[in-house]
Amino acid sequence: MADKLQLARQFIEAIPHARALGLELTHISNGEAEITMPYNEALIGDPRTGVIHGGAVSTMLDTCCGAAVMSHPTQPSSTATIDLRIDYMRAATPGQTITTRATCYHITRNVAFVRATATDEDRDNPVATASGAFTVEGK
Amino acid sequence: MARSRPEPMQVVKQRRDTALNALVEGVPYIRFLNISFDRRGDELTGVLNFDEKLIGNPLLPALHGGVTAAFLEVTAVITLSWERMFPQIESGELDAADILKSKEVRFPKTIDFTVDFLRSGLPRDAYARAFINRSGRRYASVRVEAWQDHHTKLFAQGTGHFLMPQPKADKE
Repeated sequence: MADKLQLARQFIEAIPHARALGLELTHISNGEAEITMPYNEALIGDPRTGVIHGGAVSTMLDTCCGAAVMSHPTQPSSTATIDLRIDYMRAATPGQTITTRATCYHITRNVAFVRATATDEDRDNPVATASGAFTVEGK
Repeated sequence: MARSRPEPMQVVKQRRDTALNALVEGVPYIRFLNISFDRRGDELTGVLNFDEKLIGNPLLPALHGGVTAAFLEVTAVITLSWERMFPQIESGELDAADILKSKEVRFPKTIDFTVDFLRSGLPRDAYARAFINRSGRRYASVRVEAWQDHHTKLFAQGTGHFLMPQPKADKE
């Protein structure tokens, strides 16, 4: 199991943009994934408040959803986003790490359905949620 | 009575470009993705300047879906802010320094954003244009389309809803 996490981690870290954001895969198994991103001033969306831009959170959610699909027990060989909807509940608190958790809650031969949540250190109040459909390539 | 002479072109261009630069350059994340804006009159086109660090699938290679989503959202927010501010920029009520520093100037907040990924983003520059479906006092609905080689072959499109900044008096 540890090997699997290690492998998936290397896979995520090989993505240039995931590296640019400092994304770290902290959990992956059975259609569920968790990714964290440390606070980074380069990703600020509003210089007056220091709040991270929603776009960086979208990228985390998208990556996390894709990882969840890849970890589904049916073992898709690859996946791509068909559509993704993000709801922004509140601004992430400046200085805090953001964590996203995604669940692939249904999968067919061709399509995977995924939900995800992003939080900061206050885990009870989500920063954003996402839901999307992903392609399923060659099982 | 003779009409007043139109302003010299350089004055108009400089005023508009300085204001637009202030709007865009002030945001670290827009610099991080290296998004710039082409302006023709009041019409804006977002440009995502390609860089290796925007890649999400190194095998294809293709742009990261999150980058595409962020590019669409940035284009929507900047276009929405620009259209709101344009009359004030033109009248001289608002200048570039205000856009950068004044606490009165705030950006629309994204409520939700949906992206439709139509084809994979090629490893080269991408362009986006936003269309404001409706911009009310409190809420706005915006559609954005993005393309690379051919404008008619979109690689992504999106729709988002935004909460418009409220004048101080309206706040609690």
